[in-house]
Amino acid sequence: MTRFLFPLGIFLVLSVFLAVGLKLDPREVPSPLIDKPAPAFQLVQLQDPGKTLAPGDLKGKVWIFNVWASWCVACLQEHPLLVELSRQNLVPIYGLNYKDGRDNALKWLDRHGNPYTLSAMDADGRVGIDYGVYGVPETYVIDKNGVIRFKQIGPVTQKVLEEKILPLVRQLQG
Amino acid sequence: MIPELGQFALIIALCIALVQGVLPIVGAARGDVTWMNVARPAAQGQIVFVAIAFGCLAYSFVTNDFSVLNVVNNSNSSLPWYYRFAATWGSHEGSLLLWVLMLTVWMLAVTLFSRHLPLEMVSRILGVMALISVGFLLFMLLTSNPFERLLPAAPDGRDLNPLLQDPGMVIHPPMLYMGYVGFSVAFAFAVAALLGGQLDATWARWSRPWTTMAWVFLTIGIALGSGWAYYELGWGGWWFWDPVENASFMPWLLGTALIHSLAVTEKRGGFKVWTVLLAIVTFSLSLLGTFLVRSGVLTSVHAFATDPARGVFILGFLVVVIGGSLALFAWRAPKVGLGGKFDFLSRESALLANNLLLIVAAASVLLGTLYPLFLDALGLGKISVGPPYFEAVFVPLMAPAIFLMGVGPLAKWKQAELPDLAHRLKWALAVALITALLLPFTMGKWTPMIAFGLLLALWVVISGFVNVWQRVSQLRAANGLGTGAQLRGLPRGYYGMLLAHAGVAVLIAGVTLVKGYEVERDVRMQAGDTVEVGGYTFRLDGLVQVPGPNYEATRGLVSVLKNGKSVRTMFPEKRLYHVQQMPMTEAAIDTGFTRDLYVALGEPVGNNAWVVRIYHKPFVDWIWGGAFLMALGGILAITDRRYRLARQAEQQIPNAAATVTA
Repeated sequence: MTRFLFPLGIFLVLSVFLAVGLKLDPREVPSPLIDKPAPAFQLVQLQDPGKTLAPGDLKGKVWIFNVWASWCVACLQEHPLLVELSRQNLVPIYGLNYKDGRDNALKWLDRHGNPYTLSAMDADGRVGIDYGVYGVPETYVIDKNGVIRFKQIGPVTQKVLEEKILPLVRQLQG
Repeated sequence: MIPELGQFALIIALCIALVQGVLPIVGAARGDVTWMNVARPAAQGQIVFVAIAFGCLAYSFVTNDFSVLNVVNNSNSSLPWYYRFAATWGSHEGSLLLWVLMLTVWMLAVTLFSRHLPLEMVSRILGVMALISVGFLLFMLLTSNPFERLLPAAPDGRDLNPLLQDPGMVIHPPMLYMGYVGFSVAFAFAVAALLGGQLDATWARWSRPWTTMAWVFLTIGIALGSGWAYYELGWGGWWFWDPVENASFMPWLLGTALIHSLAVTEKRGGFKVWTVLLAIVTFSLSLLGTFLVRSGVLTSVHAFATDPARGVFILGFLVVVIGGSLALFAWRAPKVGLGGKFDFLSRESALLANNLLLIVAAASVLLGTLYPLFLDALGLGKISVGPPYFEAVFVPLMAPAIFLMGVGPLAKWKQAELPDLAHRLKWALAVALITALLLPFTMGKWTPMIAFGLLLALWVVISGFVNVWQRVSQLRAANGLGTGAQLRGLPRGYYGMLLAHAGVAVLIAGVTLVKGYEVERDVRMQAGDTVEVGGYTFRLDGLVQVPGPNYEATRGLVSVLKNGKSVRTMFPEKRLYHVQQMPMTEAAIDTGFTRDLYVALGEPVGNNAWVVRIYHKPFVDWIWGGAFLMALGGILAITDRRYRLARQAEQQIPNAAATVTA
């Protein structure tokens, strides 16, 4: 009799996990890329299609890499924070314009302000795949050696910015 | 008015399902024929009302009724009518309605093809299916109403996700759902058998065609989904180990195990408890897949809106259905008894090993899919599991299963002799081994993985031929007829098995060759530029703007030349959909028997130059070809004479059903 109860037992354990899982936020899954070199790419710049952007160009400085798109509603939520951050000149923000159209992206920046030193166009999301982008927006902190040190999935909030991103940036800038 | 009608039809369907879920089951327990007779008409009534609801939703979509929230979120007036129709199941709510519609279709099929089943059995089967239907109808009405109004109405809709605007997406979900839901029949058969205590070879013969049919649909559904990812996502991949793909793959693996285990139960009366458990677990994983996709506990590219109330409801439903059936199993299965004994070396043990390997494979996929969730729930940190895990685990598990595929069908039931088996298969193994070792040299590159993959594929095919040849020569010695007559005389179930196994071999060959020999080039091209890939020269002749019904496309004109002669022109497109402003890559694919040429537009890089992705993918279509061969094998097996003969015999002799054995 008892061995026939095994399937039920296994299932009940599984459902407890699933119940706990419901309360957790899967968006907090960290990137396996933390402490790994930022994946290389060479993408066209948004404003100047004749030029490209590659992470290798940014060696030697700490920078923030923000994935955004004009069609992304949650991006608007974090956008004022990013614009404010760029005014303070603490750390350069580079954008990855994800699965977007150039005209729309430029219009969006005109309307809402442009916090980005540069934005690269990842029109079909291929670089996004290399970076393990779950959804837009996402934000990475990359150190002087081109290593990813932090990843935020979903909009950057005031709290995350003050408690995590800025202290980390200061520490990395040393 | 129409949406309210649809919602009302859903409520009526729920009431019918409640009646159908209670009266026939209670009636079967009490031996009350009047109550049991409710099952068939109730099931037929239920499909009418679910179909009305589905029709109402489809009507709202096709006629652009933007006062329905679901339509606003998933359609647009400039969408072509066929995609507006397909948008009916493009949303969370709509896909649930499709799920229930499929469930009622299977119920209708049970009412039509069950005349030879005892009334108690039919009543219990339809009752169990109705209870599942109750759960899904309640889920829809309580948490995911497809007919919710938006007042005042929106001027236009937000459009269907451009990814889903594709012919493959029109048929992929219905096929997949037919498969998922089809396992509910096998599940209902198993629960009915546990309730009734009748678990024998007859039961296995009844469940077998239903299980195979569901498996055929699921196979086609998964193949369509994979093909869609290949040509629509624009970078030539065909399987991503995404949680949603895994959710469909796990029931497929277990369904495959169930088909094989049912064969033993039917032919030898063995594995009874095991088969029942597999039937329960297979459908449980279909439900679990639904939970994972709909509740948002896992992140996935397919994930729909996350709503905690929905997650709680589905989890509760899972606990009731799966927990209830497993409890019933624990209570009743000990009385079922074991089947006949068999030796360590026999077809039974080969099938048992195959079952175990498939189950471990399914379990490891489940583990990989849920592992991040487990660790997170235990507070041990957060991780993501990617394709490297699945590939590392899956290949070593499947390789012995494939090897057994060659041995099993040749081994005798109950007791086989190792020297005999080795004698019969040594040439098959030798030919497969030598061919697999040499073939890669003729293709330009030799690696251990290529040779190994080819060995598995060749082994399955050659041992299949050995199997046919031996069977025919045995029969010829017995009855003296010619080879042609012998081949015609072999049952369709046997050919179905061989064909499905050949499909696996074709799939393995496709995967091996495309992984081993594909060439991928991403190049910057201007009009007039050429690039050489896989023996072909690709020339970008120019780019034109083409308007679509609801998008604007940039179309590349790419000439393909071989030895200086033009072979064909390909038209890759980059589309920008108006409403969601989402760019989509529409790859141009020249499909061939031995290779695909795959051209996709990347991004514009200024001066009229584009990044163009040009891939040469040898034998990639064999992957889907193999899947369709498997499905075809399943269909062939269902049309086997013995199912029809058995049915005729039972109709001639009333009440014989319970005593007929295989």
